[in-house]
Amino acid sequence: MSYSRITLTVNEVVETVDVPQHMTLLQMLREKLSLTGTKNGCTAGECGACTVMMNDEPVNSCMVLAAECDGANILTVEGLAKQGKLSKLQDTIIKTGGVQCGFCTPGMLISATALLKRNPHPTENEIREALVGNLCRCTGYYRIVEAVKEAAGE
Amino acid sequence: MANAKSKEKNPTVVGASVPRNDVLEKVTGSATYLDDIQFGNNLLYARAVRSPHPHALIKRIDTSKAEKFPGVKAVVTGKDFPERIGLYLKDKTIFATDRVRFLGEPVAAVAAVSEEIAQKACTLVEVEYEPLEGVFDAEYGASDKAPLLHPDLGKYECVNFIFPKAGTNISNHFKIRKGNVEAAWKECAFIVDKTYKIPHIQHVPIEPHGAVAMMDQKGKVTLWASSQSPFAQRNLVAKALHISHSDLRVIAPLVGGGFGSKAGLTMEAIPVALATKLPGVPIKFILTREEEFYTNFVRQGLTIHVKVGCDKDGNLLALKNTMYWDGGASTEYGTNITRAGGYSSSGPYDIPNVETDSICVYTNHPIGGAYRGFGMSELHTGIDQAIDELAEKSGIERVKFLKQNAIAEGDIVVTGMTMHANGIQQCIDNVAKAIEFTKKEKPSTPDRLRGKGIAIMWKAPAMPPNPGSSAWVELSEDGKATVGLGGQEIGQGTFTVMAQIAAEALGVKYEDVRIAGPVDTQYSPYEWQTVASRLTWSMGNAVRLAALDARKQILDVVAEAWHETPEDLDIVNGMVVSYKSEQETPLANLVIYGLPKPNDEGWMGGPIVGRGSFMPKYVTNLDPETGQGPRAVVHYTVGCEGLDIEIEKSTGKIHVIRAGASFDVGKAINPALVKAQVEGGFVQGLSSALFEEIRLRNGVMTNPSFVDYRIATSADTAFPLDTTYVEVPQDDGPWGARGVGEHPMVPTIAALGNAIYDATGIRLDGPPFSAEKIFLAMLDAGKVE
Repeated sequence: MSYSRITLTVNEVVETVDVPQHMTLLQMLREKLSLTGTKNGCTAGECGACTVMMNDEPVNSCMVLAAECDGANILTVEGLAKQGKLSKLQDTIIKTGGVQCGFCTPGMLISATALLKRNPHPTENEIREALVGNLCRCTGYYRIVEAVKEAAGE
Repeated sequence: MANAKSKEKNPTVVGASVPRNDVLEKVTGSATYLDDIQFGNNLLYARAVRSPHPHALIKRIDTSKAEKFPGVKAVVTGKDFPERIGLYLKDKTIFATDRVRFLGEPVAAVAAVSEEIAQKACTLVEVEYEPLEGVFDAEYGASDKAPLLHPDLGKYECVNFIFPKAGTNISNHFKIRKGNVEAAWKECAFIVDKTYKIPHIQHVPIEPHGAVAMMDQKGKVTLWASSQSPFAQRNLVAKALHISHSDLRVIAPLVGGGFGSKAGLTMEAIPVALATKLPGVPIKFILTREEEFYTNFVRQGLTIHVKVGCDKDGNLLALKNTMYWDGGASTEYGTNITRAGGYSSSGPYDIPNVETDSICVYTNHPIGGAYRGFGMSELHTGIDQAIDELAEKSGIERVKFLKQNAIAEGDIVVTGMTMHANGIQQCIDNVAKAIEFTKKEKPSTPDRLRGKGIAIMWKAPAMPPNPGSSAWVELSEDGKATVGLGGQEIGQGTFTVMAQIAAEALGVKYEDVRIAGPVDTQYSPYEWQTVASRLTWSMGNAVRLAALDARKQILDVVAEAWHETPEDLDIVNGMVVSYKSEQETPLANLVIYGLPKPNDEGWMGGPIVGRGSFMPKYVTNLDPETGQGPRAVVHYTVGCEGLDIEIEKSTGKIHVIRAGASFDVGKAINPALVKAQVEGGFVQGLSSALFEEIRLRNGVMTNPSFVDYRIATSADTAFPLDTTYVEVPQDDGPWGARGVGEHPMVPTIAALGNAIYDATGIRLDGPPFSAEKIFLAMLDAGKVE
């Protein structure tokens, strides 16, 4: 098996990792860096549970090869809170009750964070559009959308 | 306890929308689910060899090549695990032995150093099959023309309220014979006679099923599982593998969605079987999304024939209801869904004459198991649409028709039990108001049609007569309380609700109550299963009793120390106070070390541990020929939903304009969580109504991926959903509470079907109500060009 040595930034920490050629970004995060907050729901880029930010764009980390991430800047759910302080969106999703089983939550938070970064004041339709690749079976999405609206409110 | 109980005041924590106690870890990625637990470098990975045939005899299995493959540590097949298992009917084995009965059935399993090697080794297991004719339709399966799928059905062990018919494919036939249906038809002024088909669907938890098993050198097995049923799994695995219950430990971390799919025992047995061959080594098995779709439990399909009639004034007189449940290859769980469909077969209507045949049929389809609503969504899809048409025929306005016929306190329900007080009238009013049901409205544009639909529901917890709950409440040096329980947090918020109940009953702040998680059968008290919307009611009672027990122990010690009576004492926000002497002391002062006796004479009290247990004791079996008996179920939760929709004439696409949902929860322990359950359940119901179907062709699922099996996304719920609840107390629920977890998805298909009918005059024979189906039906009916 051939390995690549890559250097990348994950949640503002520079990491150098030896990754097998077939290893995905998701596997690298979970297995090599023990960042298990990012979830695996389908391994096919369809459910969005594994969404992370790669160079400011949300990606399904199960569809990205780790070897492609040399030099990349990755943000996962573990990197949203800074110095123990939750991000605005983490606060609002608690407040609105947008979390049930919590398995889609990390990917949902990343997609919504990416949206707010490129569009700080989205309309409800823009929010719903941005989250369409993140499946949630528990909530019906109402309180998640509400959380994004509230986070954008300030 | 009477003393402590007399001190109960108006609740302050119970009834408050406190924030969830599991949410900080969930938003920061630190919450631990099954696949997040670290097992070290010795961890092995399992994959399963699965049947490529829906029905075949197994002629030969050769595992030798797989065993020799580098990296493979163990290969197991059915010959080592012949014991039959099942929750209600023991009709399956961990691996197929002599015959496979559905495509995807496990035949063997491999443990290896990596998933890739395990998967490769699976392809090296040689299995020779002799394909057999299959059964792919329940009604055909029930006929004497169909091949027998379980020739030994008569020998299978089952509980005493399930009635398999040996020599057939019918694994349960539940009957209701109430009144005289044949005579009643003659009294009917209006009759509707319809057939509906409800397809198989999948639960689709976003977290796939997963389990890790390890056996130690003494033969003690630990199973970590994403599970709704750690105790039921302990029971089933122990029996299947002849392990003592005490030597089997199930640890159940947070569950990433269950909806019934993680109840009972399915894929979790596979790593356990492998673990018995490899002492000291943990083995992980996680289903792929494709396996998730059809190799584990699905919601079984239903064909329902409904004939229902009323008199000229719209009073329901008679119902004949014949249901064929497509139970799949095993009906170990499905037999009880059939039973639940039978004993609730009238829906929430007062009907004096009912004849029901609820028939569970083996087919060569995936195995039907518990799914949120447990038969009720399927049943109500038929009943509520037929009632809608009957209301129209009678000329009576829908809401009036529903209210006039809805089940009321004192009515004799379909099983002969007397109905308890309930808020269904208020639920109907709430929903009718939310969508202005009686107001006929124009579509927003001329190229659309508009319609409104409404449907009511009931559901009882479906379970054995005596499922138990237990709990303990202990206090620590800081005066805070920890609750031990065995029910699972699957997203519904039960850990939060149980903390509220304990806080209220004990007299401490909500923030000062911890839940002893994860549930671990070695330390946690017994809980039957996290199913049936039963936890708030059943486990809530156990937790309340445990907290009251702890409270009594505390007050007895303080009363003795202060020379007062417990009746004059109270616990308020963690302080023991006397209303008589106005003394007070924090719990931290006494709950571990007790209190000193005066004059250095020693000590009194000691560590406080309260215990509580609850089990309904009043449920009776029913007569197998008539389905009649004093009390079939513990209680019914009732509710109503309605939709206001528009349909594009050119495509058939449905746009929901607004919707309403209202349920009688007895008491909302946490109103925000009630609303969250109702929203999520409604959308899951809507998703099943609009999109979902496991497409089966000769036993093969043709759409096992999220691309081909679509569920509702954020774009599908861009409409206002009005959720309300009613509180008619449950006599034996904590503060009057009863469950509402499943109910919101029960009437949704019917309510949407009724709205489509109102908009188009078209009644499709079953969901999903796809744009294509609606458009073609409109075209056929000449409604559009």
